[in-house]
Amino acid sequence: MREISHVEIMSSGHARGDRMVQWVVYFAAILVSAAFVWIVWDLVRGGIGHLSWTFLVESSRDAGRAGGIGAVLVSTVLVLLIALAVALPLGWATGALLAEYVPAAGGLGHTVRYSLQVLAAVPSIVFGLFGNIFFCVYLGLGFSILSGGLTLACMLLPILVSTAEAGLRAVPGAHRLSATALGMSRTATLWHVLLPAAAPALVAGLLLGIGRAMAETAALLFTSGYVDRMPDSLLDSGRTLAVHIFDLSMNVPGGDAPAYASALVLIAALLLINVLAMRFAAGWQRGKMVTV
Amino acid sequence: MNVRGRRGPGKPEADQVVAGENNSYTLGPMQAGPACCAPQPLIRVRNFSLFYGGRTALDNISLDIYRGCITALIGPSGCGKTSFLSSINRLTDLIPGCSITGRMHIDDSDIHGPATDLQALRRQIGMVFQKPSPFPFSIYRNIELPLHEHGIKRREDKDAIIQRVLQDVGLWNEVQDRLHSSALSLSGGQQQRLCIARALALDPQILLMDEPCSALDPIASGVVEDLISRLRGRYTIIIVTHNLAQARRVANYAAFFWVKDHAGRLVEFGHCRQVFESPAHELTAAYVNGARG
Amino acid sequence: MIWLRHSISSPSASADTLMLWLLRAAAGVAASLVLLILFFLVAESWPLLMRDLPITHFVTDSSWHPDEGAYNLAPMLSGTLYAAGGALLLAMPLGIASALFITYYAPPRGADAYRRLVELLAGIPSVVYGFWGLTTLVPLINQLQPPGSSLLAGILVLTLMVLPTITLTAHAALVAVPGDYLRGAFALGMSRWAMVRGVALPAARMGIVAGAILAAGRAVGETMAVLMVTGNVVQHAGGLFDPERTLAANIALEMPYAVSDHRAALFVSGLTLMLLVMLLWSAAARMGRG
Repeated sequence: MREISHVEIMSSGHARGDRMVQWVVYFAAILVSAAFVWIVWDLVRGGIGHLSWTFLVESSRDAGRAGGIGAVLVSTVLVLLIALAVALPLGWATGALLAEYVPAAGGLGHTVRYSLQVLAAVPSIVFGLFGNIFFCVYLGLGFSILSGGLTLACMLLPILVSTAEAGLRAVPGAHRLSATALGMSRTATLWHVLLPAAAPALVAGLLLGIGRAMAETAALLFTSGYVDRMPDSLLDSGRTLAVHIFDLSMNVPGGDAPAYASALVLIAALLLINVLAMRFAAGWQRGKMVTV
Repeated sequence: MNVRGRRGPGKPEADQVVAGENNSYTLGPMQAGPACCAPQPLIRVRNFSLFYGGRTALDNISLDIYRGCITALIGPSGCGKTSFLSSINRLTDLIPGCSITGRMHIDDSDIHGPATDLQALRRQIGMVFQKPSPFPFSIYRNIELPLHEHGIKRREDKDAIIQRVLQDVGLWNEVQDRLHSSALSLSGGQQQRLCIARALALDPQILLMDEPCSALDPIASGVVEDLISRLRGRYTIIIVTHNLAQARRVANYAAFFWVKDHAGRLVEFGHCRQVFESPAHELTAAYVNGARG
Repeated sequence: MIWLRHSISSPSASADTLMLWLLRAAAGVAASLVLLILFFLVAESWPLLMRDLPITHFVTDSSWHPDEGAYNLAPMLSGTLYAAGGALLLAMPLGIASALFITYYAPPRGADAYRRLVELLAGIPSVVYGFWGLTTLVPLINQLQPPGSSLLAGILVLTLMVLPTITLTAHAALVAVPGDYLRGAFALGMSRWAMVRGVALPAARMGIVAGAILAAGRAVGETMAVLMVTGNVVQHAGGLFDPERTLAANIALEMPYAVSDHRAALFVSGLTLMLLVMLLWSAAARMGRG
């Protein structure tokens, strides 16, 4: 992070051009902050009036102009649960393999890490195309919550793997030695010692993944679909909150007020997740200092 | 060098620490083992060499470790003491490119033989490391975890063992009310005693200790040293230490290692008193005298 | 003796082996996803690619008229590059200034708060950026020059979206500059700006460029926000206030009703996008390593 020494050194610098550059830098920061405040302010102003308990629990009527986002929230949670149920075991297992079982610079580890980094760079619309052709058409799942969840699972893998790998690598080697010296098997060591010790990092990664998934729209447009009814099963189409905002603002004249309110709900949920993730990440840092 | 010597009246903070440790420090009722030190070898090492890749770390070591005794491994840093210790419970297996020649037997069984069940071997041989390394879980869980792993699953059994070993290391009175709080909340000395308790819980025959006191303050170090002395007879203990005074106080036998041609070699092995007071080899004499002075 | 195995495979050893194979299988699935995605994109594009060789077809057709079998992707390609390029031109100076602010210029507390703010900016979903652009920026631009939905709106929204990537990677690169360099510059009596320009920025150059390339990848692949504010007219934009359409937006707009060749053409766009992003990514990776 910030080094104190930089500041001490820097603050004694004096020159004519210096002040001007300082103003430019401050101006940029103020500009960006202002844009952030502007966005948040717009959303709050536009959405707070429409927000109510009934808005949160009712199903939408009249293409979303009236009623609420109850069914949409249910679909969102279902899509999220499927994505996590698939991506968590896969991602954490891959992270464990990379951190504990293969040499850091070796062939297999390198290949897996490389392809996951490429996966992380793939645009979400491409995930949407892939999800559509593979899950909806090829596997015959159709436009469904299941298809959407599985597509999201693919998107979440890179972040879950990298946080799990980093978390496990941060567990002090002494724990591995102690566990081995106590005659614990490798599996038991991983399961009972290393994963619990890396739990804060795993949770932080999980929360980041949830945030990423909740924000996603393009990958879900033609995998989980638009239908805003309450879903009856996982094979039903279901509209997530982000898709709901998109549909209201682009396709529904007069849908702005509920769109604002939905955006506000989404932002609030993401903010909460972000704060929680930071708390876990901070706890993890502290934990490292105690145990190392 | 003398740890006890620094225990006398010192700075005020030190006194408070003394009081704190002493108030809470009571060793549990430990059953006496065999009177000690029957000259009967338990571990026999013959022509043992250890290589890291192409580098020789230990060259042609042969010695006997006697049942129920404390054997101290002494010598300068990098002379292979810790490598020797780790080959006894085969932690060296974790190091890529590590290979051995020669033999190491416990009673009649070959430690490095192909039929060795590593988990059972390591259950027989407890190990305590230089830095206290409790798992970042509760005190209870730290001991329960290996017990569970080795098939002791009934809660009453586990509770009984945990209480017994915590009494053995003198932690029971200090922690019995907070067994479920984090092991990391303990002081360094307490953490090290917890690690010893964790090793004892598996009822091992042999205890390996890799400089168990060097990361502790003098008072905690003294407590752990007392504890090690009291474990004599019940367990066969091999301790690596840089503290020669400590080696003299606790050990029955001493093995002096030295680096020659970049490889660790055993220079002298014998009764502790003999090694320190009438060393047969001039290197040993120089080392124990130099360090003493 | 007690630790000798009675059978060749003890239960725990076989459990360890099983675990290792499970983990390997999981990693195999994770690693092969990229190949699976590429495979399906190519497989779906194949009919059109095969029939319409040479591929120049996709830039020489009269325009994008899927009904008439004309699949010229050039307007969308230019739309993508204009929007991404414009956003990068704006976001680079802003992002680097932000990174300088966090690293050298702000008081500690201000630096922390501002970094948090940039992280939050990164967490805002693209659909929310698009919605905000649609309801706030587009009407404003419309007052300047109708119709409002335009390349400019796309550039502004994209700027905000890629700014965090540039800021955070540049910050990381600046923090990694050894303190000795700065102390050395100070010892020479350099001013703060001289030090930043002469020592810190050059030393962090590779990391900053790698971050910018990553940001470019993000801008090229961005769909929803751009789709919502650029008007989606298939044309080469003649100016900042002209509407245009990007490759990604094109896919999202037409995928719901596209069939046969039209659908294949969309997969060709997707493939193009994927290859473009992979190219950018490998360039960034090479930079980061260099």
